[in-house]
Amino acid sequence: MEILVCARRVPDTSENEIALNDAGNDIERDDLVYSINEPDNYAVEEALQIVARTGGNVTVATVGTDEDDEILRREMAMGANKAALLTDDAFAGSDGKGIATILKGLVQKNKFDLVLTGVQAEDGGAQVGGMLAAMLDYPFASLVNSIEVADGSKLKVSREIEGGNREFSEIDLPCVLSVQTGINEPRYVGMRGIRQVASIEIPAYGAADLGIDRKTVGESAANLKRDDYFVPALGKGAEILTGSNEEVADQLIELLKAKGGLQ
Amino acid sequence: MTARIFAYIVHKAGVVDDTAAELFAAARKIDPAANPAAVVVGAGAELDAVCKAVAATFPEVWKVASDALAYPNAELVRQALVKVLPQGSIVLVPHNHFGIDLAPGLSIKLNAAYVSDVIGIDGVDATSLKVVRQEFGGQVSTHARCNIAQGAVVNVRPGAFKPLETATLAGTIVDKTGEVGSLTSKRRYLTTIVPEAGDVDITKEAVLVSIGRGIGEKDNIPIAEDLAEALGAAVSCSRPVVDAKWLPKSRQVGSSGQTVKPKVYMACGISGSFQHLAGLKGSPFIVAINKNPKAPIFQVADVGIVTDMLEFMPELAEKVREAKKVTV
Repeated sequence: MEILVCARRVPDTSENEIALNDAGNDIERDDLVYSINEPDNYAVEEALQIVARTGGNVTVATVGTDEDDEILRREMAMGANKAALLTDDAFAGSDGKGIATILKGLVQKNKFDLVLTGVQAEDGGAQVGGMLAAMLDYPFASLVNSIEVADGSKLKVSREIEGGNREFSEIDLPCVLSVQTGINEPRYVGMRGIRQVASIEIPAYGAADLGIDRKTVGESAANLKRDDYFVPALGKGAEILTGSNEEVADQLIELLKAKGGLQ
Repeated sequence: MTARIFAYIVHKAGVVDDTAAELFAAARKIDPAANPAAVVVGAGAELDAVCKAVAATFPEVWKVASDALAYPNAELVRQALVKVLPQGSIVLVPHNHFGIDLAPGLSIKLNAAYVSDVIGIDGVDATSLKVVRQEFGGQVSTHARCNIAQGAVVNVRPGAFKPLETATLAGTIVDKTGEVGSLTSKRRYLTTIVPEAGDVDITKEAVLVSIGRGIGEKDNIPIAEDLAEALGAAVSCSRPVVDAKWLPKSRQVGSSGQTVKPKVYMACGISGSFQHLAGLKGSPFIVAINKNPKAPIFQVADVGIVTDMLEFMPELAEKVREAKKVTV
């Protein structure tokens, strides 16, 4: 099976305290730790496991700049055979629909049986996969937490729905699936693996290569524009206990006694 | 504003989801004079009951009946909506497991703008819908403008809009079934499987020691178990702990896990995403322990402790045991 995984490089929210810049029009990006968007990593692992059973290739693509090259290399170190960097000045500032339009260009230039995305990006809205599918007239399923290859023409997938229930469906190929975290256990990527792919040349494709009308992507085509970033008002906020761990533990025990947490 | 506002109504087993009234409130935030129409799809007597219930809130209810829609397969629902909804409409959809499946593709098929997971609406300025969203796990928010000149599909976060106290209506039910025709999909619903019950029922516990990504690794889980034992509590967790297979799914609190209602909830190393908080009911006393002072959990907690949970939990366990000795 030929599988495309769409991935994205994002600030890692588990590693960063996100703060605003002085102008309030963006987050402070200087000291951020970036990594691959976590659900995308699960999507790559899932693609690798499918290809291990059925044969074929895994291509990882991202829309971005030269800086985003690092996540493509990381996923190649994981085992993806091919990568594509979709980059063009015209792509800058694209919203979800713009990104989907760019990815559509790549899909139409190639033959993929299955397109995977992560369920959601840290700064996104769980939207690119569903939009891409609609643009291609492929069937789509979101929040996918298991994939079984039924035969060459269809998959059996489950979606994570309310209460941890799993909704099973049959879906025809080619299709687009957005993959939920926890679907598998992504393999570890060591420095040695990264070094092995350090010198591989990753092809870059621009608007002209992908047959994309520059007016349909980028900031000017975006339907959603941010005015500012702000830190939400704290509501009443938590009463912060201060002191040494020992002092704080004593204070907390008194509170727990009062609230029925300690009988 | 000229665009008509529609609200997609989620329902299950004949019961209208709480999001229906929330979408009505959101529509009034877009336009205080709006008379939004509800769109209800489904089949049989269940659908009629739902339409009737929805008509108590919405002045107009569009009903689409089809055996193909007896189960809400988003691929089929999307086709039906594209046939029924007028060009240029503003369509409100709950941002839950169904809305995420339906809405992005719907916006493409309607050639409309899309805005995801809206938590606030500040009205309309010319052709811009002014919205508030959260990014980066809720650590920061953003004011954004969505161009609604060609209509828009707006996903609204469940729980973000308080239902309005409006008079009970007897809205008009308009049958749109005839406009839909036959529906076929390349994705076919098979069955739903309910997860296996776990060894501990966290929904029945009075005190939960709940752990998140901050637990760091599987080998640290006994630290939380020891604190829980001292407190006579159970260990629950947030999604990353289950994703890493450190605890079973039955221990997960959140919209895709269990809904719990303890008296005391100790959130240890949990950032506090809205999906996690959606699983907390009954206004427990929330203690948040997190080394990141910007973690959103501190906005909802009663008491916060900014520290390394792995050092704090053993200290607390010891103190709890001492305190219990004194009491006895």
